Amino acid sequence: MSDVPTIEMRGISKSFPAVKALRGVSFTCSKGEVHALCGENGAGKSTLIKILSGVYRPDSGEVLIDGQEQHFKHPQEALLAGISVIYQEFSLLPERTVAQNLFLGREPTKNGLIDNKAMVAETQRVLGLFGVRHRIEPETLVADLDVASQQMVEIAKAISLNAKVIVMDEPTAALNEAECEVLFSLVDQLRASGTAIVYITHRMREVTRLANRVTVIKDGEVTASFDHVPAPDVIVRAMVGRDISEYYPEPATASEIGPVVLSVSGGGNAALRDINLELRSGEIVGFAGLQGAGRTPLAMALFGAAPFTSGTMTLDGKAVHLTSPRDAIRAGIGMLPGDRKAQALFLMQSVRDNGMLTARSFAGIFGGHRANRFTDLNGMNALLDQMKVRAPSYEQEMRFLSGGNQQKAIVARWLALRPKVLIFIEPTRGIDVDAKASIYHLMRDLARAGTAVMMVSSDLPEILGASDRIVVMREGRIAGEFGRSATEAELMLAATGETGVAA
Amino acid sequence: MSAQSLPQPTAATRRLPRINPVYVLVVALILAIIVMNPAFGEPTGYMNFLKRVTALAILSAGALYVIVSGGFDLSVGSIMTLTVIGSSMLASNDPNSTYWIIPLMLGIGAVIGLINGLVVSYLKVPSLIATLGMMITLNGVAFMWSGGAPRGYLPDTFRFFGRYNITDIPVISLLPIAVICLVVFGVILWWGMHRTNFGRMLHAVGDNQQAARLAGVPVERVRISAFVVSALTAVLAGVILGGRAGVSVDIGSGFELQAITAAVIGGAQLLGGRGSVPATIAGALALEAIFTLLNLLGLAQPVRLVVQGLILIGAVAFATYQRKRAGR
Repeated sequence: MSDVPTIEMRGISKSFPAVKALRGVSFTCSKGEVHALCGENGAGKSTLIKILSGVYRPDSGEVLIDGQEQHFKHPQEALLAGISVIYQEFSLLPERTVAQNLFLGREPTKNGLIDNKAMVAETQRVLGLFGVRHRIEPETLVADLDVASQQMVEIAKAISLNAKVIVMDEPTAALNEAECEVLFSLVDQLRASGTAIVYITHRMREVTRLANRVTVIKDGEVTASFDHVPAPDVIVRAMVGRDISEYYPEPATASEIGPVVLSVSGGGNAALRDINLELRSGEIVGFAGLQGAGRTPLAMALFGAAPFTSGTMTLDGKAVHLTSPRDAIRAGIGMLPGDRKAQALFLMQSVRDNGMLTARSFAGIFGGHRANRFTDLNGMNALLDQMKVRAPSYEQEMRFLSGGNQQKAIVARWLALRPKVLIFIEPTRGIDVDAKASIYHLMRDLARAGTAVMMVSSDLPEILGASDRIVVMREGRIAGEFGRSATEAELMLAATGETGVAA
Repeated sequence: MSAQSLPQPTAATRRLPRINPVYVLVVALILAIIVMNPAFGEPTGYMNFLKRVTALAILSAGALYVIVSGGFDLSVGSIMTLTVIGSSMLASNDPNSTYWIIPLMLGIGAVIGLINGLVVSYLKVPSLIATLGMMITLNGVAFMWSGGAPRGYLPDTFRFFGRYNITDIPVISLLPIAVICLVVFGVILWWGMHRTNFGRMLHAVGDNQQAARLAGVPVERVRISAFVVSALTAVLAGVILGGRAGVSVDIGSGFELQAITAAVIGGAQLLGGRGSVPATIAGALALEAIFTLLNLLGLAQPVRLVVQGLILIGAVAFATYQRKRAGR
């Protein structure tokens, strides 16, 4: 290993409007090592990588490549300097061949025409370098490859660009066990051949298996940096160790928690297996887990949008079979989606129309728009007032409201129907701190009024602060259940499958 | 985010209801016509103008249902043609036939709308393509039915709606039946779009289909109903147009694009979620007024097409620009 690190980032800071994304972050990675970069969602990992790869420019701090200071103005410049980033979403063109993708934008030419032979030969050589020549044919369409092979093509592309640094952003997110093994041995080979590898993950197993060094960022700052790989729970603690703010409402008392409203036994579908679950009136149950652990699919199954294909579900003790959101709403289940803009908001319609919509959908189709059996215009105004939706007028189009106020208006939409079960997915994503607190209090008020509240969240402090009971999911199953006295480290370990270490 | 960061409408914009520019446009165009041709200010002038615009106005207001729900209906012109040709073939000059022909044509229209809606909702064919296919098919059917040349006549009982005027009325002196139709169907379509749950759901589906589904809107039923409304108004427009202009083999051609143009002039959002029935009717009036002006200026049919095309592009560009200025 040489003395000069291949990449060195010193004191990097970056702000976005209203958010300080990074504060004085330093990070180095040398030839022939794997440096794991760990942190929760939104900790600032992606921002750091985007600065390294020239997508963003830092407000302060410097980036050095092989000891030379660099000011990338465009990702292409970073690429030419030898930095390749493999994002979770691939940048391959699916309707082109592997070889065409490898040489996209720099096709070899002969007499002014593309030299296909040279392209295929070079592709074969690169694929041969890491022994996947038999797995991937240069002239296969990328769309015909499985996800793991597509990832290898991405890596092959990086190698053929003579990348000095390869950044992998949660590369195993879409891979199965066997594919992960292939990837790991590929990473080993790249390390042996002298590439510097930045490996972003929050799975402790991968850190233990692959990393030489570990850096943890949280809330835009480096909270821990190790020149060796410490025990998983040490890393996990560094990832989550922050104080629970006081803005969470009081939890439910034993007498407030009522009977079981919704239960599932043996529920499963393409994304879920062996789901056994009970939601009680008066209780807020938090669902924690990593991306892809099956929390949103579970919510969608309960809401009938992606129904269970096996198992049974009961509501108030009666068996129900919900195959559409309309079924679920009729049965008394409501849901607030995580991606509000795509799944919940009608930006061109008024705040009040947004609130009234579900009630109108279940009233007569040619019934008047002012009143129906659930609510009327005055009733909706009162609900919006009660939710403390801040808008110059409820006639205002939804697009002019802030995220928190939009969320509260959608809560009003469900309140009009008085659901028995209300599912919140990422209820405070993209919402400022003040509005967050009011959403928590609102959930608690709903629970006190007898609703069974399910909250899916990727924000562990929020899970711990707002829930009465916590369910952790992993790989489509329920991996564990905790009381509200659980620690973030316990939840994280259950979510990453390292329960053995915690016990 | 605090309240200060919300875009607060100033006191002035809040107090003044924002007037849709299409109404200003209609008034300006009509004043221009009166200046060029004072006879237009007489009842026979403007009543005939309204009579001429009725078919397009009703058609546009119906097509708006599909536009607001986030689709296009290109089949409406061919439904008008089919209505006129079919009615003339079936009538065989029997004045009593009107009483069963119009309900039959409405039934055929409803079936066509239903097919459009089912193909778009369940076979997931984009509405532009599905209704283009329907348009070609129906033009073919009308052509086969008539044998390529208009045969038969529409009885006077049928032509009553498009042609007949009530005369000797004080102040306005004459009132075409067509204008009564315009008012009656205009009010019905306004009520459906702006005063019912159906109308609100149409807006929601056109604004964000996925969110509508997750909010419990019966998305398929709403979209199919929009196509049925559009097809039914096309039959009504066909009855009125046939009554006014008589039978010809391509009588409805071009109306589908005029209807979309009228809706756009009236401020409808082309990809759905926003649109007003009164403003669309005003859009139809504006379009017809422009054609009248071009006529008065002595410009021929080809110029009319050029102008219509430019208006369509211009209206969308104007709306986009306004929205951008308004903050998004």
